Amino acid sequence: MPAFLRNEKVRGILYQIITIALFIAFLFFVAQNTAHNIEQRGIKTGFDFLHATAGFDITESPIPYTPMDTHLKVFEVGLLNTLIVSFWGIVFSSLLGLLIGVWRLSPNWLINRIAAAYIETFRNIPVLLQILFWYNVVLATLPSTRQSINLFDTVFINNRGFFMPEFVFGPGAWMIGAALFLAVVAIYLISRWAKKRQEKTGEQFPVFLTGLILLILLPLLAYFLAGRPITAVMPELHGFNFRGGKTYTPEFLALLFALSIYTATFIAEAIRSGIEAVPKGQKEAATSLGLSPLQQLRLVVLPQAVRIAIPSIINQYLNLIKNSSLAAAIGYPELVTIFAGTSLNQTGQALEILLITMLTYLMISLIVSLILNWFNAKMKIKER
Amino acid sequence: MKRLLKLSAVTALATATLAMAGTLEDVQKAGVLKCGVNTGLPGFSEADSKGQWRGLDVDYCRALAAVVLGDATKVKYVPLNAKERFTALQSGEIDVLSRNTTNTETRDTSLGINFTGVMYYDGQGFMVPRALGVKSAKELDGATVCIQAGTTTELNLADYFRSNNMKFKAITFDTNDQVTKAFASGRCDVLTTDASGLYATRTKLKDPDKYVVLPEIISKEPLAPAVRQGDDQWFDIAKWTRNALLTAEEKGVAMANVDEAAAKSTDPEVRRLLSVEGKMCENLKLPKGCFANAIKQVGNYGEIFERNVGVKTPLKIERGLNALWNKGGIQYSPPFR
Repeated sequence: MPAFLRNEKVRGILYQIITIALFIAFLFFVAQNTAHNIEQRGIKTGFDFLHATAGFDITESPIPYTPMDTHLKVFEVGLLNTLIVSFWGIVFSSLLGLLIGVWRLSPNWLINRIAAAYIETFRNIPVLLQILFWYNVVLATLPSTRQSINLFDTVFINNRGFFMPEFVFGPGAWMIGAALFLAVVAIYLISRWAKKRQEKTGEQFPVFLTGLILLILLPLLAYFLAGRPITAVMPELHGFNFRGGKTYTPEFLALLFALSIYTATFIAEAIRSGIEAVPKGQKEAATSLGLSPLQQLRLVVLPQAVRIAIPSIINQYLNLIKNSSLAAAIGYPELVTIFAGTSLNQTGQALEILLITMLTYLMISLIVSLILNWFNAKMKIKER
Repeated sequence: MKRLLKLSAVTALATATLAMAGTLEDVQKAGVLKCGVNTGLPGFSEADSKGQWRGLDVDYCRALAAVVLGDATKVKYVPLNAKERFTALQSGEIDVLSRNTTNTETRDTSLGINFTGVMYYDGQGFMVPRALGVKSAKELDGATVCIQAGTTTELNLADYFRSNNMKFKAITFDTNDQVTKAFASGRCDVLTTDASGLYATRTKLKDPDKYVVLPEIISKEPLAPAVRQGDDQWFDIAKWTRNALLTAEEKGVAMANVDEAAAKSTDPEVRRLLSVEGKMCENLKLPKGCFANAIKQVGNYGEIFERNVGVKTPLKIERGLNALWNKGGIQYSPPFR
């Protein structure tokens, strides 16, 4: 053995170089082989297909789409639908998870048991089955179009979906938005002032109530001042289906419902473990300060618990986004269903499309975790 | 599962070394033919209560196995949905795709596959609940349509509504069963697929008489088995298996009389078909009597048709375009010469 190889440090580096070289060689072999096999079998390659006409319809799209559009547009529609269902899924699962997590620790036996039963049930059933289950429940229990459940002639519910009035903003509608912004700024200023005042004098100010009133009153005022610029377009039965208004399809609702309910169980557990990790002394100290149980929870326990729970909640958000791809089972047109499904099949370019799809999920997940990690770092207790 | 399959197909493409030419040797070595079929379409490919696969597409697999291995039972069925089928074939997961697949230019030229002869001439139609009172496809403006993802039907549908200036909403599902379920529960007004598929699906519905198939046929759907491109020998075998089934019907050679025909027939083409004369099987590098095996074990094209989809089955489909060329149809085999 040459002398330099007896040096442990040199040997370590050498092993690493060999490993990397082998890995690169393997990747090279795979790429080469793939290209060769594809060429041999006469399979079309390249990304030209993105600009070819898709030729098929998509059930729901947040942007205008016709079968004359390209596969690139299909990708956009799929991505947007993925983001929409993920966004609402995160909102609903967080709220539900928080509630159930707190309930899980409630001294009330019944509430405590309900939360436990909920968590144990929904956490332990594969989410794909839950999606299929809710979809079939929705389809089986709701009436047909002509026998729609009619709520005050504004909301119609049937097995084609929930049909609601859509609000159309006319000229002057910006004033309402401005009023809303004004209200938010005012609430921020008031709460700062109220906090300072409380610190100085100990007097409390009803910030929540004032805020609520401002939030409702200011936009309402603007609405009438601007001459009522918002009109509602009502859904109307027209031939086979309802037209006009906003529609939420059974596919969307079933997916959103299943994802929210499933992910909420994990968030609830994260919250629970967060709460349990808050030292008992904190709660006792809060009690001795004379805070009510609700105040203890809101002002002392939860802020610390959430801090501890954030990292595992981030994981659950990422899982939810990835699980949304299970929508393929019930035909909700998100990225995997229409792009990695229909487009792939119509063009036959599996490699390219799967590559694009995987990279897209990777990007979404990385961006979300970047944002949340930043939030996490901001929320962490600054040790001085 | 589906994504797993697709991913595995991609990995197979990535890692498979030149395993392509020589499907025949692979099948002979394995002693079993891997045949991609529909997950469930009555009359074409469906597992019965005993787990036995039945149908027109299935019988083609059996015939091919009889030709290649001498035994129609040596088939491994791989049930595939529309989206999985081509990747399964490309990656070598199956040896032949016999899954009511329409032969189109794009598929033939850009997927790396070759279509053998047409097993069933079909066309796309529409089915609606009788209660809707719709008499023609032209009245379907604004309808919601249930459809299977990744099919030619999906594209035809968009074309048809566009050219007739009508609007529609398509709800797409992965498997035929999901489409049927959604249609039965009223999620959509219309179910569209190949006409044969409509009749097949109707037999699955709880009350088949409550549904009607509209008269319009909006497309040509020649359903043909497919094999991988680049293996000409295997392509030839797949093609001539289908031709043998048609020729047998044309010449009146059936399951029951194949031995008798081999012994007594004086018709030179029958003698060549059954390997009494000539080197038809040897040309394909197959043992003597390969086509006779298929006819004996599976039957000729007419028998296969009548057994699975014919007028005596629940599907009640007439021969129509699928009758032999000399009986008013367009099914035609090149000569065994």
